[in-house]
Amino acid sequence: MSDPRILAFDTTSEACSAALSTAQGVFSRSEIMPRGHTRRLLPLLDELLGQAALQLSDLDAIAYCRGPGSFTGIRIAAGVAQGLAYGVNRPLIPVSTLACLAQGVYREQGGEVVLTAIDARMDEVYWGVYQLTAQGIMVAMADELVVSPDAVPVPPLLGSWYGAGSGWSLYKERLVARCGKPTGGLDGGRLPDARDCLSMALARYREGALVGASDALPVYLRNRVT
Amino acid sequence: MRVLGIETSCDETGVAVYDGQAGLLAHRVYSQADSHARYGGVVPEIASRDHIRKLLPLLDETLQASATERLALGGVAYTRGPGLAGALLVGAALARSLAYALGIPALGIHHMEAHLLAPMLEEPPPRFPFLALLVSGGHTMLVQVAGVGRYRLLGESLDDAAGEAFDKVAKLLGLDYPGGPALEQLAKQGDPDRFRFPRPMTNRPGLDFSFSGLKTYTLNTLRGAAEFDDQIRADTARAFQDAVIDTLYLKCRRALRQTGAKRLVVAGGVSANRKLRERLAQLARTSGARIYYPRIEFCTDNAAMVAYAGWLRLSAGEHDSLAFDVTARWPLPELREPPAR
Repeated sequence: MSDPRILAFDTTSEACSAALSTAQGVFSRSEIMPRGHTRRLLPLLDELLGQAALQLSDLDAIAYCRGPGSFTGIRIAAGVAQGLAYGVNRPLIPVSTLACLAQGVYREQGGEVVLTAIDARMDEVYWGVYQLTAQGIMVAMADELVVSPDAVPVPPLLGSWYGAGSGWSLYKERLVARCGKPTGGLDGGRLPDARDCLSMALARYREGALVGASDALPVYLRNRVT
Repeated sequence: MRVLGIETSCDETGVAVYDGQAGLLAHRVYSQADSHARYGGVVPEIASRDHIRKLLPLLDETLQASATERLALGGVAYTRGPGLAGALLVGAALARSLAYALGIPALGIHHMEAHLLAPMLEEPPPRFPFLALLVSGGHTMLVQVAGVGRYRLLGESLDDAAGEAFDKVAKLLGLDYPGGPALEQLAKQGDPDRFRFPRPMTNRPGLDFSFSGLKTYTLNTLRGAAEFDDQIRADTARAFQDAVIDTLYLKCRRALRQTGAKRLVVAGGVSANRKLRERLAQLARTSGARIYYPRIEFCTDNAAMVAYAGWLRLSAGEHDSLAFDVTARWPLPELREPPAR
């Protein structure tokens, strides 16, 4: 079986990125943009497909970062994913933004246990603890949640572990007080990257963990909004 | 050309299919009113969350109801603004990406242009030029319309929109959100002679409106009353509604005289008000102007009007690039005519 062709993208942070797996390898782009994802996303996807000489209808699936993150950003991602998938009748693969951060730490630094935290404002973080599987894919050790930096649930940590995400730069002292100092390394500036979304999506595709366009929804974690 | 229309500017999710030859093929609206009722008004984040859950299932249902295969679509139109930015973004993202996936053009539509063109879905449609009164929860304006995209603003509300005033006064009267239609019902039991509310800005020249003072006037009336019983609620509702309708009537009459227009289009949620329609029927008799309304279900937010406005512009060759965006504030006169074919 040839490698599946999957297009992955992320708009959940102040970065906008896309990655595409093809028989010729992975093509990817990433740009920093605090605003204006809607103006850049589709041109970025179009450029990437053009570079690989593929059409959307050549894809096997489409993956997107489903959150948590900026409410607006994750709805742009889900909305665009739904529109693309419905238009070409392809399945979707929603991927956690926190998982992407963890996968990125593995890709760049080889970290195998990652405590991820994204600033959720209102004195809280989106929190997820990830561990690498034998297949080289990050999986959550417990449910992701939105929580005060002083109350994040910490598993027993053995060996080297990393901290990653904007929560770690904003609430470093409070998270260190709770979890201890990351023994592997700290990457508070890490933003989600579509290359990592793609790695996770390829694994999910092989497991058959696909959803239809209408079931591809954002995951906010913060569900009290009034 | 067959056009898919998408509306998500506030708290209604709408999808419709309009065909250049066959006309309106199907339309669906999902109202979120129940989600917002307990908060007494639209909560933007809740609206955005509802849209992303409901839009695609509604779109799928509408395409099936119109017997339209995805590949038979010739374009996608969506409301680009004005409205709630987060809510608009959901429709824009899905619409633009769907059009890209289908390899067809997409176009962002001005919500108020869609409202003022809505009566063109009826028989007989108004011919250009006409005068338009747009009255909704977000806008109150009088517009001179020479053609598609040729809009001159003659006057607008300087504060609350007429529909907004209806909803706020309804709240003062203890009615649930959205209170406009409930206020209209309550006013039926009201004594028209017990209170007389002012007709704001009718004693001076010009076509602007101001409705926020009526809210204060209502509050003072209720405070001045001995008790807050059903009769005073009904009488107040009646006096308030009469004042708003009379003001709209007087400004329309003035605008017709000023412009010499022979046709008046009335659209937006408040145009569903029966008493307003009765009063404007008098204006038609005395002025000789003919009045055009959308059907009742297209007075409030819907996608049929977006699909229609989109069809007009898309079939003239107008379309957006792959970069999409929303425009939460967007003055109507900034619109231009579609390119000549």
